[in-house]
Amino acid sequence: MAAQTGKVNYIELITNGIVKENTIFKLALSLCPSIAVTNNLKNGVLMGVAVLFVQVMVNITISLMRKIIHPRIRLPIFMLVISGWVTITDMSMAAAVPDVYKQMGLYIQLIVAFASILARAEMFASKNRIAPSMADGIGMGIGFLFALTVISFFRELIGKGSVWGMPIVHTKPLLIMILPAGGFFAVGILMAFFNWIDVKFFKKGASAHH
Amino acid sequence: MSSEFTKLFELIISASLINNFVFTRFLGLCIFFGVSKKMETAVGMSITFTAVMMISASLSWLIFNYVMVPMDITFLKIIVFIGIVAGLVQASDTIMRKVAPGLYYKLGIYLALISTNCIILAVPLINAGEKYSFIQSLAFGLGSGLGFALALIIMASIREKLELAEVPAPFKGLPMAFVVTGLIALAFTGFSGLITL
Repeated sequence: MAAQTGKVNYIELITNGIVKENTIFKLALSLCPSIAVTNNLKNGVLMGVAVLFVQVMVNITISLMRKIIHPRIRLPIFMLVISGWVTITDMSMAAAVPDVYKQMGLYIQLIVAFASILARAEMFASKNRIAPSMADGIGMGIGFLFALTVISFFRELIGKGSVWGMPIVHTKPLLIMILPAGGFFAVGILMAFFNWIDVKFFKKGASAHH
Repeated sequence: MSSEFTKLFELIISASLINNFVFTRFLGLCIFFGVSKKMETAVGMSITFTAVMMISASLSWLIFNYVMVPMDITFLKIIVFIGIVAGLVQASDTIMRKVAPGLYYKLGIYLALISTNCIILAVPLINAGEKYSFIQSLAFGLGSGLGFALALIIMASIREKLELAEVPAPFKGLPMAFVVTGLIALAFTGFSGLITL
């Protein structure tokens, strides 16, 4: 995070959110939607895009305002900014994709309570210029989108035998994967898988501990 | 009158068992995995949680129906509700510290955690969406709180045993907790169809 010295490594900023600090698989934050909306790929991707949008816009806004926010009242202001952008996302999605919104409207509204978004505003955007903050937001958002895409891809493939609504496998699907319980199994197994990769190929300790 | 009571009872049962927040609605997972390591913290969290949930449900119902609906600003509900929750948590923190220091010493840290929880925000949002009456909102808040308490206590008692179990290395910690939760969730699907609202 060399933002103050003028030289900023944007590539590193973006990959940081996707690999090193992946919200779901590494930090284990904002888990609710990772299970709730991932029983098919379309919902998962749309949710990921919504979070990406909110994260980037919040980072930009906070970064723009960082000099005029009094440090004492910064958290309420961050919350206001976040809920403002979430309201915008919520209403646009209700108008643009009403059928998807009917299933996951509540979870869109609850983006406002995401620890990860508030954490990036507090830890990064309030201390850095606009361009790095935007890169950070894009990285974190894409990391989240990636996680949701992977989870929902596997759940839809195994649970329904289809991808994005198109049937691919014609054997009898394993229905449990699209049930609530399957979401927990999928996330648990994927987390273990990423831990295994970490230990096997990068010789690091398992990192998804609480 | 009696049918009114049955309805409330059904609402509580459905909120706590059938639509359990953790196992079928997947809300409050961060807190759920965070504080379910020890039985003691799980119990403390459950008590604080249920109390705050009921107060926030009633407070936001009043503001939603008497201020926001007449003024036609219901589209601001996310901003207003999160303000209510944050203010309420801050207020109960201060009041508890002055009035009941002993209780504050025990439950104070859970209060701070609550403000970042999505369940506490979901209850008023669902109440507003379903257009529940005041008493119904209160019942829904109570039922959700009890359901969350039940989930936390089940999970805490399992995780205390899990510490001693031999788990494959990549599954250690959180991944295993997820798989266990999946199994409980599977058991909870047995409750669906218990009551048809």
